[in-house]
Amino acid sequence: MSVDKAGVKGTKNGPIVSPLFTPGHLACPGCGGTLALNRVLNVLGKRTVIALPACCFSIITGAFPHMPLNVNLVHTAFETAAALATGLKAGFEMTGRGDVTVMAWAGDGGTFDIGLQALSGAAERNEDIFFFCYDNEAYMNTGNQRSGATPLGSWTTTTPTGETMDKKDIMGIIAAHHIPYAATASIAHLDDLDAKVKKGEEIKGTKFIHILSACPTGWRMPSDMTIKAARLAVKSRVFPLMEIFNGERRVLNYRPEELTHVRDYLGLQGRFSHLTDGEIEEIQRRVDERWKKLVASVDEVRPADDGIEYI
Amino acid sequence: MKMLMEGNHAVSWGVMLSRVQVLPVYPITPQTHISEALADFVAEGRLDARYIKVESEHSAMAACIGASTANARAFTATSSQGLALMHEMLHWAAGARLPIVMANVNRAIGSPWNIWNDQSDSMSQRDTGWLQFYAEDNQECLDSIILAYMVSEAVLVPSMVVLDAFILSHTQEAVEIPEAGDVDAILPTLANPNAIDIDVPRAYSPVVAPDNFTEVKYKQYRASEDAIKTIEEAGAKFKDAFGRDYPLVSPYMMDDAKAVLVAAGAVTGTVRKAVDALRREGKKAGMLKIRTFRPFPRDRVREVLQGVPNVGVLDKSVFPGAGGPIAQEVRASLYYSGKSNGGTPRVTGFVGGLGGRDITVSDVAHAFETIMKGKGTDDPIFLGLKK
Repeated sequence: MSVDKAGVKGTKNGPIVSPLFTPGHLACPGCGGTLALNRVLNVLGKRTVIALPACCFSIITGAFPHMPLNVNLVHTAFETAAALATGLKAGFEMTGRGDVTVMAWAGDGGTFDIGLQALSGAAERNEDIFFFCYDNEAYMNTGNQRSGATPLGSWTTTTPTGETMDKKDIMGIIAAHHIPYAATASIAHLDDLDAKVKKGEEIKGTKFIHILSACPTGWRMPSDMTIKAARLAVKSRVFPLMEIFNGERRVLNYRPEELTHVRDYLGLQGRFSHLTDGEIEEIQRRVDERWKKLVASVDEVRPADDGIEYI
Repeated sequence: MKMLMEGNHAVSWGVMLSRVQVLPVYPITPQTHISEALADFVAEGRLDARYIKVESEHSAMAACIGASTANARAFTATSSQGLALMHEMLHWAAGARLPIVMANVNRAIGSPWNIWNDQSDSMSQRDTGWLQFYAEDNQECLDSIILAYMVSEAVLVPSMVVLDAFILSHTQEAVEIPEAGDVDAILPTLANPNAIDIDVPRAYSPVVAPDNFTEVKYKQYRASEDAIKTIEEAGAKFKDAFGRDYPLVSPYMMDDAKAVLVAAGAVTGTVRKAVDALRREGKKAGMLKIRTFRPFPRDRVREVLQGVPNVGVLDKSVFPGAGGPIAQEVRASLYYSGKSNGGTPRVTGFVGGLGGRDITVSDVAHAFETIMKGKGTDDPIFLGLKK
């Protein structure tokens, strides 16, 4: 964390608030997704067009005539983010504006579930687009119904006794498409996020970035816990920071020095408050198992951008 | 230049001559020859377009919407189940006021499975806000693509060009191919005022609250209604350039007709033959061909059917609980709330040609006999129904 001359808090790559995403939006206090989009736009710049399926941001960006973004934003139906982005990019290329960056900005529903078919198609064709999934782990815009990204044990309005399935392995699915670049990122590691978006900018083809986007409303926690929850997700190894190149070479960007128990992460959030000690231990066991497999599969362990120190 | 070609290839030629730039397509019988020919045109460098092999028709339309929003000329083709899968995005394209053109090869829609021709697929999409043009022959297939872009880009409403599966799609006819330069002269480069200007950030299709939504829909409605005039203007321009005339509706032998059958698509050729045969027998039969189904040319239909004692409508689709869609439109047009129009004709609905069942000249003659008896019915009469 650094403080620039104007006294604005930021990181070494720039201010936290991008001039491309202005105040006046309609996000809940403490929204992790808004922070994530701020960072992404800060890196990608003005010549960016967003393909936006139904998600929290359909509302966050405001009803006509309000518009808190200083980039073009194209709203579309729930399952079409990747297909719309495909068409936008093709349209720009065919009209002599191939330099325009086209990005899809989709929630977990528009990525893991209803949007997966179009995402798979675009990834398989290796369309020259960014696909960002800001993952708040449920259908939060409609009041917290479970999605394919909802983690085991989580309470939602459609899993009143707790989610019984493990979160879908979206990175595994994406890796199987052999796109040039896929990465996970966290709003608690902004320089890492920046570095990954910058890396993606230099790559032609499909870039997939999965951002765990802590959601105070849906996760049932105070609005000032967003960053802490996001950080604990990474430290407890629930959400590893990683990169996958061409579906094969795997890099782990962060290896926690000491083990943080999932209890610390889950305990922050009301959506897990019903879990028994035994259930929490079962979640820990699964996290350990996945981590072991991940570490065994990675080719390299290093920060995404050399020299970054994670707090 | 004249070439022997099937209706599907006539569509592909129309697309090439319209200099379409983005082609997201997904194959489906009996549309596939359109996409295959377009793939060849692009591969051979005859058409400078991005050909996108999308993973579904739903995505095909979403990609057309993206391309059109970026101010590129976009086209896709589909049929039947594919069109049904697109349904949501058809509303989206029309609401976003994008001049996309699509060819739909008319095929029955399941259940049960049936790959043959009827009009139930496109008629099911009649209320999505798209213009709909029904082609009678392969020449009309080609010309309609060009005309559709002329109209859509003028009024910013998407267009569907509809052709009958197998009857046109896979049947060869001699087709006159317009010169590319002549097409360029009547269809200039796309300049959609609603397309993205990268330097001017705007939200496209955002949430529009109750205080503005009605106005957006009103403008969309008006644009579609006003397309009637634009279709006539584009038709006149096209006639000047190529000598072929495409009015909204085409009356045939109607001046003194006592019984008129209304129809759309390739079956109008059969109806014309039946009218000729009946005329030879001294019976005063006539036909009204509907080329533009959306917007429905109510005024023209009312005007030409005025004073005809008996009218029949031949639908190649049927909606349970409502009858045939063209019959509904014709009846609605004749129920005029203004001054008297000289007597409202009795309208008898016929349903035929479902799922590829042949409609013969004698079927049509039989329909005319029924009309001439002057017994209008609410329920449609199913032609050739087996007991």
